[in-house]
Amino acid sequence: MSEKQDNQLSRREFLSGSTVAAGLAVAPGVFLTLTAQAKPADQAVSSDNRWGMLIDSNKCANGCTSCVSACEQENGWGSANPTENKSSPEQKAQWIRKVTLRDKETGHVQSLPLMCQHCEHPPCVDVCPTGASFKRADGIVLVDKHICIGCRYCMMACPYKARSFIHEDLQDQLPHAPRGKGTVESCTLCVHRVDRDSDKAVPACAEACNSEGHKAMVFGDLKDPDSEISRELKNYGGEQIRADLGLNTGIRYRGI
Amino acid sequence: MKPVMHYSEIEGRSTGYYGLLAFLGAIIAIALAATYHMEHSGHWVTGMNNQVVWGIPHVFAVFLIVAASGALNVASISSVFGKTAYKPLARLSGLLAIALLVGGLAVLVLDLGRPDRLIVAMTYYNFKSIFAWNIFLYTGFMVIVAVYLWMMMERRMNQYSKQVGMVAFIWRLALTTGTGSIFGFLVARQAYDSALLAPMFIVMSFSFGLAIFLLVLMASYRWTERPLGDAMVQRLKNLLGVFVAGVLYFVIVYHLTNLYSTRLHGVERFFLLEGGIYTQLFWFGQILIGSLVPLFLLYHPSLGKSRTMIGLASVLVILGGLVQMYVILIGGQAYPLVLFPGKVPANISYRRPVRGQSPLLRCPNSLAGRSEPPPS
Repeated sequence: MSEKQDNQLSRREFLSGSTVAAGLAVAPGVFLTLTAQAKPADQAVSSDNRWGMLIDSNKCANGCTSCVSACEQENGWGSANPTENKSSPEQKAQWIRKVTLRDKETGHVQSLPLMCQHCEHPPCVDVCPTGASFKRADGIVLVDKHICIGCRYCMMACPYKARSFIHEDLQDQLPHAPRGKGTVESCTLCVHRVDRDSDKAVPACAEACNSEGHKAMVFGDLKDPDSEISRELKNYGGEQIRADLGLNTGIRYRGI
Repeated sequence: MKPVMHYSEIEGRSTGYYGLLAFLGAIIAIALAATYHMEHSGHWVTGMNNQVVWGIPHVFAVFLIVAASGALNVASISSVFGKTAYKPLARLSGLLAIALLVGGLAVLVLDLGRPDRLIVAMTYYNFKSIFAWNIFLYTGFMVIVAVYLWMMMERRMNQYSKQVGMVAFIWRLALTTGTGSIFGFLVARQAYDSALLAPMFIVMSFSFGLAIFLLVLMASYRWTERPLGDAMVQRLKNLLGVFVAGVLYFVIVYHLTNLYSTRLHGVERFFLLEGGIYTQLFWFGQILIGSLVPLFLLYHPSLGKSRTMIGLASVLVILGGLVQMYVILIGGQAYPLVLFPGKVPANISYRRPVRGQSPLLRCPNSLAGRSEPPPS
């Protein structure tokens, strides 16, 4: 029995090995790029990557909120954290929300998820007095909860209303998504997943959208010309919300 | 013979003095209790939310900070512009400036999500942030005005008071520019994002600060039974009139420039016509009660001579100033961000402007800093 398993395993290894070898022979560039992305855990993030997301509003199903639910579960907010129970709906944290829009002229209705747009030039980072609001080298915009003084100037500056202020004491937080009363928070682009395995990482929202079969959210490296997101943007284009501000957002949309 | 000026301290032993101290102390005690309650429970008790993140505390804090630099006017007129008639009042002017600034900063700091991290704000700086500059502008103002007071009060140092007064004058212009720029630099918000806000805040500071100064001056002279000449009061009230008209001018220019730009028609419609409480406060509070009525009282041939009426005009300028701050701060946040031009939200939270609500109905919520309707 065990001998058979060993045989199967070695056969699988053999097969995957030959696929890799074939890949190397057929398209060495692709293989090498993928290898270059892998990052040991102790290595700092680099500006060789820029993480972003492409959201196709035409594929985003009206009424579906699986991206929001997945984010709640993954990061422990909203319905996933019942201890935030004193705040009103307008006071509760909202890392990602579904927006339904109607065109005033044509009446066309569409929906899309809206969250931190992970700008290249984030206004929240510009205005933060202590530097708690910061952008990583790989383009992910975060809040350092240790030096956030809760002044909310970033919330005033954010064009996307992407940030939330914690209005009360919270319990049962997740180790990878600490949250603190009196500080500000927002979408992290599931940075804990990206740091764990940048090659295969997909934020919880995009993962949920895929498993629902909508496939409206594509996550990837905007600086890797062979990534799916880069190819999609190159071939079919994408738009930024409030592109007039020149912030060069990491989250791009199609169909808005 | 050259006239000699005599300053004499307020004795501070009368019942009225202790009564005033107790009254002000009680207000501070209530404020501290409220702060403790808020910091212990979290900001949910205040009614602020993720749409209106700066509420009533900020209205008062920004008003006091702006008024602080304006309260220094009289000292500046005396030292910088060499009008010796104002010299006896210069010390009060400097002291009031520091007091107002400390008051405004106290409100600002105590409303932080983490006021216990004030030391972090003092040790970590992001110099691209106008807030970080303001930390230096505010603390610097206090130090400079304190030195200025020393130069004025210490006879040996009197000779330097003009130079220090000049530094204080320039600094207070920078300070108010910085305060106006907190809003002027917010490019994403339709109601802000205007370079006009910086000079507008400077004129607002002249007006609010002088109104407060006039009231404190008339009250303290009366309570301590010191003579206050009509000529001085008349000069100051005329100056106040000029400043009130100056603020009105900037408000008109601000709205006219916005009205010229089609992309800002929405926000102008909100403030001037359909903004509910904000429209009513703008027209009745800011323009009528805060500007036109005081102008009438100050420049009326007979009413303008009455100290009661000058006092009333000053009170109205202060009330109008608070209303103006409310309209700028809360109204500016209540107007929804325009993210998708030409499209209207079919379900999104916090996106609908407030309209058609009576101020009385909105009052309790407004006082708590909550200023937008629940999402539909």
